[in-house]
Amino acid sequence: MSKYKTNEYGFYGNFGGAYIPEMLYPNIENLKQNYKAIINTDSFQNEFKDLLKNYVGRPSPLYFAKNLSKKYNTNIYLKREDLNHTGSHKINNTIGQILLAKQMGKTRIIAETGAGQHGVATATVATLLGIDCVIYMGEKDMQRQAPNVERIKMLGAKVIAAKSGSKTLKDATNEALRDWINNPENTFYVIGSVVGPHPYPEMVAEFQSIISKEIKIQLFEKTGKENPDYVIACVGGGSNAIGTFYNFLEDDNVKLIATEAGGLGIETGKTAASLKVGKPGVIHGSKTYLIQTDDGQIIEPHSISAGLDYPGIGPLHAHLHDIKRVNYISINDDEALKAGFMLTRTEGILPALESAHAVAVLEKQSFKTKDVIVVTISGRGDKDLSNYLQNNKFKK
Amino acid sequence: MNRLDKLFNNKKENILSIYFTAGFPKIDDTVKIIKELEENGVDLIEIGIPFSDPVADGATIQESSKIALQNGMTLKLLLSQLKNIRQEVEMPIILMGYLNPIMQYRIEKFCADIEKIGIDGLIVPDLPFDLFIKDYKELFAKYNLHNINLITPSTSNDRIKLIDEHSTGFIYVVSSASTTGTKQLDDSVLKNMFNKLQNIKSPTLIGFGISDKQGFNNACNFANGAIIGSAFVKTIGENMSVKEYINSLFV
Repeated sequence: MSKYKTNEYGFYGNFGGAYIPEMLYPNIENLKQNYKAIINTDSFQNEFKDLLKNYVGRPSPLYFAKNLSKKYNTNIYLKREDLNHTGSHKINNTIGQILLAKQMGKTRIIAETGAGQHGVATATVATLLGIDCVIYMGEKDMQRQAPNVERIKMLGAKVIAAKSGSKTLKDATNEALRDWINNPENTFYVIGSVVGPHPYPEMVAEFQSIISKEIKIQLFEKTGKENPDYVIACVGGGSNAIGTFYNFLEDDNVKLIATEAGGLGIETGKTAASLKVGKPGVIHGSKTYLIQTDDGQIIEPHSISAGLDYPGIGPLHAHLHDIKRVNYISINDDEALKAGFMLTRTEGILPALESAHAVAVLEKQSFKTKDVIVVTISGRGDKDLSNYLQNNKFKK
Repeated sequence: MNRLDKLFNNKKENILSIYFTAGFPKIDDTVKIIKELEENGVDLIEIGIPFSDPVADGATIQESSKIALQNGMTLKLLLSQLKNIRQEVEMPIILMGYLNPIMQYRIEKFCADIEKIGIDGLIVPDLPFDLFIKDYKELFAKYNLHNINLITPSTSNDRIKLIDEHSTGFIYVVSSASTTGTKQLDDSVLKNMFNKLQNIKSPTLIGFGISDKQGFNNACNFANGAIIGSAFVKTIGENMSVKEYINSLFV
């Protein structure tokens, strides 16, 4: 089992760890010492499961996509995280972390957000559970994703613009970390992906692992087998992908495919494919593949999908890449847009641009007629409507 | 002998350490600022290696880092600027920088190169103590570099003891739960820290939130000296003279 678990320093193989300033040490240590004990109590699990079922609407359907299967002459199931409350998989994690924060006696929640999905999911659960909430968002992203900013405010959370650096997701993360350094006593930092210092990647993976747990049960009910031949998900920081792969990691006959955002193409430099163009380095508390200059300065990535627009990748992904357990491929903006339009017209499902990167694999790779394939639709595409419409030329 | 050890052997109080970001405000200011600081009675210099994502720093040092990078500062360039510094300056010099640029330079090469220049120590804020012990302690010692560890108001007594045992050079005492240049000194916090630090062997310098004479004197009551960063960076950013600012701390 150890291959996919952290060692005593919080590393997955060569990646991960907790590269944090001493100011954050007590917080991280406190979290590390307590989170497992708390989340394994019956009272936590009961409340967590109850909210996932009755508030989020889990289990999310595993839908046999008949039209899509016919089109590609294979058997395709879609894991519908887009049908969750707030529209993506993000809420699985925010419910877990905010319940934990309350049990740890914290009175204030902070979070970073890029496209706004994690911000919305955090603000939603903070409101539900009655705890103060501050969301950091890059100034540039606030302009790009204005409706989500308003939505977060409507939920009663405060949005603070990250005006430093490139004014996007990585800077929002920097600002959230700085806030935590300045408010270590009362504040809990809800990180939105499998990134950040140990134990965050491990903890977020655990909260998202519900995705693959359900897939196994649902697939067994539908086919009599709990393992598909392929499992496919998109990866930015990588939380929906880890959740989708988690319970298949030990099943070596299940092929795992993750799609990074190629942006305009990895050769153009305008890309977010950290594993393709990045080198190992340290950002936001963990060692992982990073898009950076020779001098070690972080380069702003590019992707049409704000949720994948991150210069790093979760350390477990870096490890799974190096030991070749997961096949990471890059999908460019145009391929994702085409796949998004295609899925909308084939199945009547408008996927988030992030998720469209996973769907694009169907066009890129050939599958056998008898193969069983599961693709996770991590979020719904309503938030991306204007982006789709501006790119109408990819409709067919 | 490492110049830091020499300093702390000879001077026990009112030690003044000044931080500035390399490449700010102008790319070629590095040597000029160092010389001016030495001429004006500063005891120790911390040169900041600019990084795109300095999470432990407040607005002033973020901004100076950003401008330094826009000016074209790199770690390689900084080391080439410092190449002959020991022909002109005798005071201890330490480098302060985030781990990633150092990692990309390659850590062992970095240590070897800065030892050759005559750098005395390192502060790497995002290199945590346990990983320092595991991966870097021997390496730094091999190149005669002191790693400066941080402690904060929330560091436990046991941890202070552990950090003290493994520290060389001095311990950097962070005055409050904050990023650099963000909060003002709080006497009651300092007193608490002072009590916790009674039995340690390492010299201590207090940093974060010290901007003027009053703050400097105040901090010096609780430690061997103090570190001024953001306030000095602000000063040179506004084109005030180094001499004038340093003098204002003593007069």
